[in-house]
Amino acid sequence: VTSADQYVFAAYVVVLVTLLAYLLIMTLKLSRLERETRELNENAVGKGDESETREQVPVG
Amino acid sequence: LSTSLRNNGSILAAASALALLGIGTALALLWLPEVEGDPAFPIFYLHVPVALTAYACFGWAAWKALRLLWKGDEGYDLESYTAVHMGVIFGLLTLVTGSIWAKYTWGQWWVWSSRQLTLFLVLFLFYSAYFMLRYSTDPGPRRARMSAVYALFGVVLVPVSFLAIRLAEDVIHPSPVVLTREGPQMTWDLFVVFCVCMAGMLALVTALYQLELRGKRLDAALRELREVLP
Repeated sequence: VTSADQYVFAAYVVVLVTLLAYLLIMTLKLSRLERETRELNENAVGKGDESETREQVPVG
Repeated sequence: LSTSLRNNGSILAAASALALLGIGTALALLWLPEVEGDPAFPIFYLHVPVALTAYACFGWAAWKALRLLWKGDEGYDLESYTAVHMGVIFGLLTLVTGSIWAKYTWGQWWVWSSRQLTLFLVLFLFYSAYFMLRYSTDPGPRRARMSAVYALFGVVLVPVSFLAIRLAEDVIHPSPVVLTREGPQMTWDLFVVFCVCMAGMLALVTALYQLELRGKRLDAALRELREVLP
C-alpha cells in the first residue's frame, strides 16, 4: 500500500463515515418523532375516552 | 398517490445512488489506470462530484427561496432550509476531501493564498451562518422571509466560487478538466467514470433531501398538533 493509497482510502472513508453518521442521526430523529406521535395519539385517545364517559352520566 | 410516488421516488433515488456510487468507486479504484503524476487522482471522483452537488444544493435552496418570496407559500421554507442543510453537509465534505488530496499533492492541508479555496470556505461559512440566523428568530412568516432572502443572497457566491477556479491567477489548484469550452479535458474512460460518480452523488443527495424533508415536515406537523392537544 503506497502513501497515495492511504490518502485515497482516507478520503473515501471520511465520506462514508459522514454519511453513516448522518443516517444514524436521522434514525434517532425518526425514533423520537415516532415516540412523540405515539404519546400524542395516546393523549388524544385518552381525552376521547374521558369525554365519552362524561356523556354517559345522566344529567338531572 | 402523491405520498406513494414520493416514497417510491426516495427508494429509487437511494437504490440508484447505491448502485452508481458502488460502480463508480469500483471503476475508479480498480479499473482506471493510474493518472501520471498524481497517484491520489481517484479522490477526484469523490471531491469534484461532492463539490458540484454542494453548488446544486445551494442553487436549489435559492430557487425554493425565490418561490417563497414570489408566491408567498411558506411550504417552500422547509424545502429551502433542507437544501441549505444538504449543501452545508456536502460543502464540508468538499473541504475535507480537498484537504486530504491537497496534503498528498501539495504537502499542505490548506493554502490561504489560493483564492478558490478561500472563496469556497467563505461560501461554506456564509451558509453555515444561515442556521444561526434561522434559530435566532421565532418561527413564522418573518423567519421564513428572512431565511429566503439570506439563501438568495448566498447563491451569488456560487458562480463566484465556481468561476474562481477558472479566473484565479495562482495555479496551485488544478485547472478545470470537466466543464470547459472545448469539452472535457480528459480521456473518455475517465470522463465516463466521472459521470457515473456525478450521477450517483446527485441520486444520493436526492434521497437524503427527501428523507430530511420528510423528517422536518413530520416534526413541524407534530409541533402544531402539540399546540392543539395540550
